[in-house]
Amino acid sequence: MSGGPIEVVEREFGELALNMGPQHPSTHGVLRLILHLSGETVIKAVPVIGYLHRGVEKLSEHLTYDQLAPVYERDDYLAPTANSNAYVLAVERLGAIAVPRRAQWLRAFVSEWQRVSSHLVWLGTLGLDLGGALGGGTTLYMYCFREREKILDFLEELTGTRFHTNFNLIGGARYDLDAAMADKSNALAASVEAALPELWSMSGGNPIFSERTRSVGTISKDLAMGVGVTGPTLRASGIAYDVRKAAPYDAYAELPFDVISRTAGDAEARFQVRMDEIRVSLKLVRSIVDGLPAGPIFARKPLKNPKATKIPSGEVYAAVESPRGELGFHIVSDGSAKPLRLKINAPSFKNLQVVTHILPGGLVADVVATLGSLDPVLGDVDR
Amino acid sequence: MSALFTGWTGALALSTVVIGVAMTFVAYMTWLERKVAARMQNRIGPYEVGFPHGWLQPLADVLKLLVKEDITPRAADPLLYNLGPLLVVVPALVGFAFLPLGKGLAIVDHPYSFLFFTALASLTLLGIFAAGWASNNKYALLSALRMVAMAASYEVPMILALLIPALLAGSFQLTAVVEAQRGLWFIGYPLVGQLAFGIFLLCALAEGNKSPLDILDAESELVAAYNVEYSGIKFALFYAGEYAHTLALCGLAATVFFGGYLGPAFLPGFVWLTGKCVVLFVLILWIRWSLMRMRIDQAIRINWMFLLPASLANLLIAASWVVRD
Amino acid sequence: MPAPEVVAALRTRFSATPFALGVELPATELLTALRALRDAHGYRYYVLGTGTERETAFEVLHAVRNLESGDTLFVKVAVPKDAPEVDSIAFVYAGAEWQEREIWDLFGVGFKAHPDLRRILMPDDYPGHPLRKSFAMDTPWGYRPAPAPEDAS
Repeated sequence: MSGGPIEVVEREFGELALNMGPQHPSTHGVLRLILHLSGETVIKAVPVIGYLHRGVEKLSEHLTYDQLAPVYERDDYLAPTANSNAYVLAVERLGAIAVPRRAQWLRAFVSEWQRVSSHLVWLGTLGLDLGGALGGGTTLYMYCFREREKILDFLEELTGTRFHTNFNLIGGARYDLDAAMADKSNALAASVEAALPELWSMSGGNPIFSERTRSVGTISKDLAMGVGVTGPTLRASGIAYDVRKAAPYDAYAELPFDVISRTAGDAEARFQVRMDEIRVSLKLVRSIVDGLPAGPIFARKPLKNPKATKIPSGEVYAAVESPRGELGFHIVSDGSAKPLRLKINAPSFKNLQVVTHILPGGLVADVVATLGSLDPVLGDVDR
Repeated sequence: MSALFTGWTGALALSTVVIGVAMTFVAYMTWLERKVAARMQNRIGPYEVGFPHGWLQPLADVLKLLVKEDITPRAADPLLYNLGPLLVVVPALVGFAFLPLGKGLAIVDHPYSFLFFTALASLTLLGIFAAGWASNNKYALLSALRMVAMAASYEVPMILALLIPALLAGSFQLTAVVEAQRGLWFIGYPLVGQLAFGIFLLCALAEGNKSPLDILDAESELVAAYNVEYSGIKFALFYAGEYAHTLALCGLAATVFFGGYLGPAFLPGFVWLTGKCVVLFVLILWIRWSLMRMRIDQAIRINWMFLLPASLANLLIAASWVVRD
Repeated sequence: MPAPEVVAALRTRFSATPFALGVELPATELLTALRALRDAHGYRYYVLGTGTERETAFEVLHAVRNLESGDTLFVKVAVPKDAPEVDSIAFVYAGAEWQEREIWDLFGVGFKAHPDLRRILMPDDYPGHPLRKSFAMDTPWGYRPAPAPEDAS
């Protein structure tokens, strides 16, 4: 039961065991996929992960609660604020720490902008996967990243960094939004929305793209529930579950928005769900700017000694809707200043598990289309 | 023109000139591709080397590849491994010799030059297969398998489409085909010309491994596929060979569909030919950098279910029209 | 908060004791309880599988969710430290397969009848189970596994 190295055995004549190794342009990070092929058809797919494991959960037991909030932003590095948002939600729930309304709305604001940014990366890399670095895919990639650069410049002006904004504190937010930045946000939302039809025409509106993604990597409803896929992958399989609506946090209880879902469960459905989610997020950032309540953004006493924050003993589970799905934190506290155990419920970990079930039967070209449509981030998978 | 260079020394000199001119042309077409692709993607392209337009970029690339270490994997079949790049690049370059540059001015003016050109174009695929198999690498092998299934099958409609200009001109000699277009370019003939060119364009995309039919070297799946084990000058030969192949096919299309060297007399014939060849190349680039890749079973289905019947029907229509005359 | 009628049903059938996030079960009832949850109570969605090390035992938690009611229920099982083994629920919920591999990898808790129990995040020949409290991170310049013989798999 201790498990030795993976044995790759080619069992039949004509079966080829191909290593889509950790270094590959299309595996979205350091993912190793051992594919058993018969000609071009995949017979078996064994994913091997752990190449990006950084031991965040072990580290969490050795740092204090206030020190930990920025650490998790490196897990799902395409939507960093979602990670720390889930963490501070869990700690605040366990420690009964109140958060001012303005801070909650600002957290939702940054989360939605990072959702748009993450979906633009997803679309660009999907183009690269399907179209190749020497073809039409790169054009789509460049256009998506051009839009994303504007978003990252905006975040840099707001928080000082492009990606890992260190925005969330236990008990509030770190940076505030003034009137000038609010206007910039509205202008930016308008310009990104204006670019969406062009991005659509290069991807979803293109028959070659539809042929590559229709009926590819279909996840049935039962498989989705048994494996526990989350996020757009789940909503494309007919289950309209969105953490922002089912278990509202931050400002989402007060903001009206639609939960996008499709029933087909294939890569095309997942594509459509994410494209619609970009529009929903852009509407949300406008609503947040319009309805932002006044008040402080941090309600606790100024932190002089981070080791002083003691959270009462108990267990809590809190989740947010990251661009990849339900990102949850399960924290066990023993009353001291450091967590006893902290487990990250990573959406990409659960979404990636489904490849063993859906890749067999498809072609090699479908492997990249499926992986692209699942949108795994290996930092999230391996933590 | 071949009368000017007689004997073995003459042939050697002529070959050197042809290869030199052709390779320079190919190298600067790579520069053009990078510039066109960059402008389509809202960026600049080669800029530093040969400021401000990156004129020296192809030279820098060739020099870089020349000084890299030349590796032959221990488990690779040495003969086929080293033969692969040559089989890819030589037929393409030889193809340039057949294109007529002016009235009666082709470096090789053979009565069956048209057929010979298409036969040589098929040798390129043999080189790809040799490289894919001899590399002793599963990724390369997958590419070789795809080649046999797909690229070789795209040859059939291509040759059938190329028969139309030969039929309309009544000859397989390229100079005669161009001369027959003095009244109207073959692309202008209703239905048969356009359909033949359309089919030929799709097959040229497949032969030259351009998106949407770049399934052979699907870079995001098979990571450079058949040339994954190659580096240095052999990789440069593959790269140049692919471009040369595409350009030779563009040159052929310019010759048999667009009138070759025919054009108003204020510019010499070879300038017209080069200009038409470059325009067709940019068309192929435009398609390549906009569209995504097809899956192999979809590409094969399009070939056998659509292109082959269309090209056969086209041939029938053109033949009956010619016979009726 | 877990739905009270489900908790009551589990308490009577499987002698479960409630805690903040769900119920705690005796280790022998884990498989049957989860089957009942999935088939009879509609908790068909698998959320999370995790482990915690307490002073005297390991705890293995599985979280399942009823998508119609939106209720998330945590099922906790205590596993003795000297014989850390519990039933695998990978055939009840497919998502548990990787989560249980992770618990085995990081804590050393074995899962009976798991289809493919091997390390998932750490290298295959890694000595020890990193998330155990006895796995020390004590060097000032980095974290290395302490070569404790009782931790070797």
